[in-house]
Amino acid sequence: MTVTTITDAELVPKDYASDQEVRWCPGCGDYAILKAVQKALAELGAPRERTVFVSGIGCAARFPYYLSTYGFHTIHGRAPAIATGIKLANPELDVWVVTGDGDGLSIGGNHMLHVLRRNVDLQIILFNNEIYGLTKGQYSPTSRRGTRSPSTPQGSVEYPVSACAFALGAGARFVARAVDTQQPDVVALLKRAHAHRGASFVEVFQNCVVFNDGVFDHFTAKDVAPDTQLHVEHGKPLVFGPSEERGLRLTPGTLALEVVPVGDAGVPLHDILVHDETNRALAQLLVALEPPAFPVALGVLYCNPATSYERELYAQARAAGFGREPADLGALLGREGTWTVER
Amino acid sequence: MQVTGSRFTVETALAGNDLTTFPDFPAEIRAPAGTTYGVSAFQIQFGAGDIMTPGDAVDVLVAMNPAALKVDLKDLRLGGSILVDTGAFSERNLTKAGFPANPLEDGSLAPYQVLTFDITRLTTEAVKAFGLSTREAHRCRNMWALGLMLWMYGRDRQVTIDWLRRKFADRPELAQANVAALNAGHAFGETAEMSEQLVGYTVPSAPAPPGRYRTVSGTEALAWGLIAGMRGAGLEKMIFAGYPITPASLLLHTLANLKAHGVITFQAEDEIAAIGAAIGAAYAGALGVTSSSGPGMALKTEMLGLAIATELPIVVVDSQRAGPSTGMPTKAEQSDLFQAVHGRNADAPLAVIAAATAVDCFDVAIEAVRIATTYMTPVIVLSDAYLAHAAEPWRLPDAAALPRFPVRFRTDPAGFHPLLRDPATLARAWAVPGTPGLEHRIGGLEKDYDTGHISYDPDNHARMTRARAAKIAGIANDIPPQRVALGDDDGAVAVVGWGSTYGAIHRAVREARADGLDVSHIHLRYLNPFPRNLGELLQRFGRILVPELNTGQLVHLLRAAYLVPAEGLSKVAGKPFKVAEIVDAIESVHRSKPR
Ligand SMILES: Cc1ncc(C[n+]2csc(CCOP(=O)(O)OP(=O)(O)O)c2C)c(N)n1
Ligand code: SF4
Ligand SMILES: [Mg+2]
Repeated sequence: MTVTTITDAELVPKDYASDQEVRWCPGCGDYAILKAVQKALAELGAPRERTVFVSGIGCAARFPYYLSTYGFHTIHGRAPAIATGIKLANPELDVWVVTGDGDGLSIGGNHMLHVLRRNVDLQIILFNNEIYGLTKGQYSPTSRRGTRSPSTPQGSVEYPVSACAFALGAGARFVARAVDTQQPDVVALLKRAHAHRGASFVEVFQNCVVFNDGVFDHFTAKDVAPDTQLHVEHGKPLVFGPSEERGLRLTPGTLALEVVPVGDAGVPLHDILVHDETNRALAQLLVALEPPAFPVALGVLYCNPATSYERELYAQARAAGFGREPADLGALLGREGTWTVER
Repeated sequence: MQVTGSRFTVETALAGNDLTTFPDFPAEIRAPAGTTYGVSAFQIQFGAGDIMTPGDAVDVLVAMNPAALKVDLKDLRLGGSILVDTGAFSERNLTKAGFPANPLEDGSLAPYQVLTFDITRLTTEAVKAFGLSTREAHRCRNMWALGLMLWMYGRDRQVTIDWLRRKFADRPELAQANVAALNAGHAFGETAEMSEQLVGYTVPSAPAPPGRYRTVSGTEALAWGLIAGMRGAGLEKMIFAGYPITPASLLLHTLANLKAHGVITFQAEDEIAAIGAAIGAAYAGALGVTSSSGPGMALKTEMLGLAIATELPIVVVDSQRAGPSTGMPTKAEQSDLFQAVHGRNADAPLAVIAAATAVDCFDVAIEAVRIATTYMTPVIVLSDAYLAHAAEPWRLPDAAALPRFPVRFRTDPAGFHPLLRDPATLARAWAVPGTPGLEHRIGGLEKDYDTGHISYDPDNHARMTRARAAKIAGIANDIPPQRVALGDDDGAVAVVGWGSTYGAIHRAVREARADGLDVSHIHLRYLNPFPRNLGELLQRFGRILVPELNTGQLVHLLRAAYLVPAEGLSKVAGKPFKVAEIVDAIESVHRSKPR
């Protein structure tokens, strides 16, 4: 039984933990994301009674059970649809969607496309471990070619989808990316996502220690991270490296990015591209960057708000009379073409 | 043709006749004109008596081209009248319709009264002044024919004229032309140009109880019933989510225009998302409704399981059509009964009710909302392609006297968990996000009966399975006992039906009784659970005949539930029953020895 006592005292991260035992494998990246979410909620001072976490099915999707907010663990791939219904019924609620790479991009790819395109005001966190964790390790739509798994013993021959490229293509207006272990970054991105009115999409690279351990090591391991991660910031030049000695610029005469040395020995800083998070074309170039030739772009890759779906829908409904004095049902039924039979 | 038909319906209703209509049209949006598969028909029966079906055989057939004649002639009674537009009986159209010779000339129509007019030419002349293209001018032919029909039956034209002006408000020349064509058809009937054979009919008003009336289609009645149900439950808003599919889309279109009544409509990306949004809405404390037809219902299956597991109240309207798969999208069938009652993985009971007539859709919708919110369960409402379109006169209910069954959201945190049950209904507490102190988690994983937490305990699963079943079974205590719609409550033969076959069965039983046969009509609204007295009632009859527009689904459920020797009468032609078909079956049951 979970009876939450309401106090006005400031909430701390552990106030957002439910009384349920967390059941992910020891060492799973999901733990770190759970901590980051609890921290972000505390820093936002999110009222628990107005916060709802909706998930599909998968390891990641167990998430709502571990939070002390409202939670709905739905069915595989369909969380965006249920979250949309919640938001339509009560736009005042703060609704989060937690999904996995299989949940959100395979069985639920269609719903993901449409919830982003419609711009429903939700925060969507996609835990990408490039594998189906809960069903014991089959390759997923984000798995790289060659991934050996129980269903692909000779290695997958499929080309993976990039979650953020998909989101941008779907018309998402907030797209961000982080690594599970980089907690301050995850917290910061979640808070940005929360501030964004409309659908916000956050991909978190999440390590599955059991079925896909170390799959992101080539850019997340401590020794390589500075050389392989590009942390973008609006208005700042796109530079990376242990002492920011490398940067991105458009290869002159093409629409392609290249890595160049910055500074005295190389290209002057003012020739390096400056991040503009409202520029969709730039975001599209950034999400496509991959090691070894390029760093992985992390941070808010795109943010360009527009009125959210449910707000537009309610504005239309109100214009049509919704929410004024309840309309008279008798008047509706007898609106036109009636006749009277006398005694 | 559908527009012409519905205008005639409105004018006929306004004239105080009782009526029933049967719009019958192809699945293709603009099916090639002149082909037999492109024929769009609209059948209406009206009269002073109690009209319950669109009629078995028609008295007057208006055929706007050879294909229409070819397709619908079989429904005309011998000696009936055929009105044709000779202008459309060109060589080309005759070939397209597959007539080797012109039926107007080869004597094949001798058993009928054939009235020929060059409606095409007469219409073209009537609209000449408005500068329309030939194509647009030809489109006015239907209004000309409607004008003639309105004259023939002494109907008023004004409501249609007003309607045309509204419809073509931004193309005044089209409005004028259509009105001119309508008037010309009417004048043609009245003036010297009128053929001598054509005599005006007058049909006196039907004796109806006093009150205010209007015509209503099944779709409209459903839409208004859902709104009335939402109010009855004391809910602030309805979230209606649908994905376009014939014939269910009409409900989405109708509700999209009723926002002032507390409705938000959402066209989802598919039927799964549509029911998902309805479930999300119910979770958040609104009335969640979704609607579809067979193929879309199939897609909703997994979500129905979720609504059952999480015990959330939603209403799902299934406008059944002929199947399997895409089947015949515009044709009615009652073949989703099994799907509604049993079509889910695992033991997943829910409530199923069916509407019998267009007017009945109103009450059934209210009842669906009542059951859903009282028992925290999904409710499937079975309608069909016929009911969705069929229209009949309706005495307006007194809005103040509609049923009230206010929901009580849980607000008290003391002792709360999400599976707390009302001891009487076994409904779980409806605790809505936004309520302080009730934060909780629900989902499709099995939950512990006593705490609402995830549980894989074997005994608990058995207990929860029984609780879900008992909750739905208990609805039987809260619905009226099954009554006999016509005839005695015991006897030789009971004809048991459900859904839109009501009119045909009722009529057939009435005729059979008039012929002295011992037969009664029982019509089921509640298909899961059945009313408590149903088994006992059925036992009181010697024979049980179950007419259905499927290959025997209700008959199967009745046999399974009560071990009664029910016998099926099946029709799967994409068309409603004819009264005569049921009368024949009643007679043959009477003649034959019991099995
Ligand atoms: C309709 C349906 N099909 C299949 C499954 C089985 N299933 C559960 S989770 C899952 C994949 C989950 O992968 P992902 O979304 O990447 O989540 P992860 O477990 O990796 O966090 C599958 C296939 C299901 N629950 N429902
Ligand atoms: S299987 Fe992988 S993703 Fe799932 S809990 Fe274990 S480590 Fe985490
Ligand atoms: Mg995964």
